[in-house]
Amino acid sequence: MVKILNRCTLEFTSIPENVAFARVAVAAFASQLDCTLPELEEIKVAVSEAVGNAIIHGYRNRQDKTVRVNVTIYKEGLEIRVEDSGAGIADIDLAMQPAYSTDPERMGLGFVFMQSFSDRLQVDSSPGKGTTVTMFKQIGQRGAKARAN
Amino acid sequence: MHLDMEYQQDTLLARLGGELDLGVADQLRKALDNQLTEKKIKYLILNLSRVTFIDSSGLGVILGRYKRLVHSGGKVILVGAQPQVKRILELSGLLQIMEDYPDENQALSKIV
Repeated sequence: MVKILNRCTLEFTSIPENVAFARVAVAAFASQLDCTLPELEEIKVAVSEAVGNAIIHGYRNRQDKTVRVNVTIYKEGLEIRVEDSGAGIADIDLAMQPAYSTDPERMGLGFVFMQSFSDRLQVDSSPGKGTTVTMFKQIGQRGAKARAN
Repeated sequence: MHLDMEYQQDTLLARLGGELDLGVADQLRKALDNQLTEKKIKYLILNLSRVTFIDSSGLGVILGRYKRLVHSGGKVILVGAQPQVKRILELSGLLQIMEDYPDENQALSKIV
């Protein structure tokens, strides 16, 4: 197993204001890895999308629930895990299709951004139990080298 | 989020600032829709030069206003997005359906 350099867990209430809190907190933690500014921007967007999904879709905008974000720093990069114990996703493949959305005011781009801005994305979900989105992002030269291959 | 709005005839110029995410999406949607309805706006110019962050919730608000105005023969024009915001706009495909210009004057000159 790859060595863990640092990790943190955030737990917060499922209110929309916490989307900003989560992305800023994760970006601050991630900056221990010497991220470039574009990498930090990508992390912020990916976290916003995952936490936004947890609040809107997982908890259907209920504001008294809990979202948990785990961040683990490895030498190669960081893993961000966003968990809710909400509605879950019945059809993950369908939910991950670009432009798929259950709401006409929304773009269906959440998973597209999470996918574009991470090197690995995994979604585990069971209806009625909740969803866990795990993203791994390689950072810095090592990450750049691995991405180029 | 900051928002100030100015209008002349059927054009609304909205200058946005700060972070456009889920936390401000409803507020922004309502503020814009109020003006679009009240002033019978056909053209919406969104000055994004002071926007530092946008995600799909912010994009959704822009797309929603676009659909509404295009439906009635108008349009949405984007102005001055910073590089990190512009990258998200590009990835989302919004720049394929909306015009974008570096400054307000150029945007205003495109409205007939």
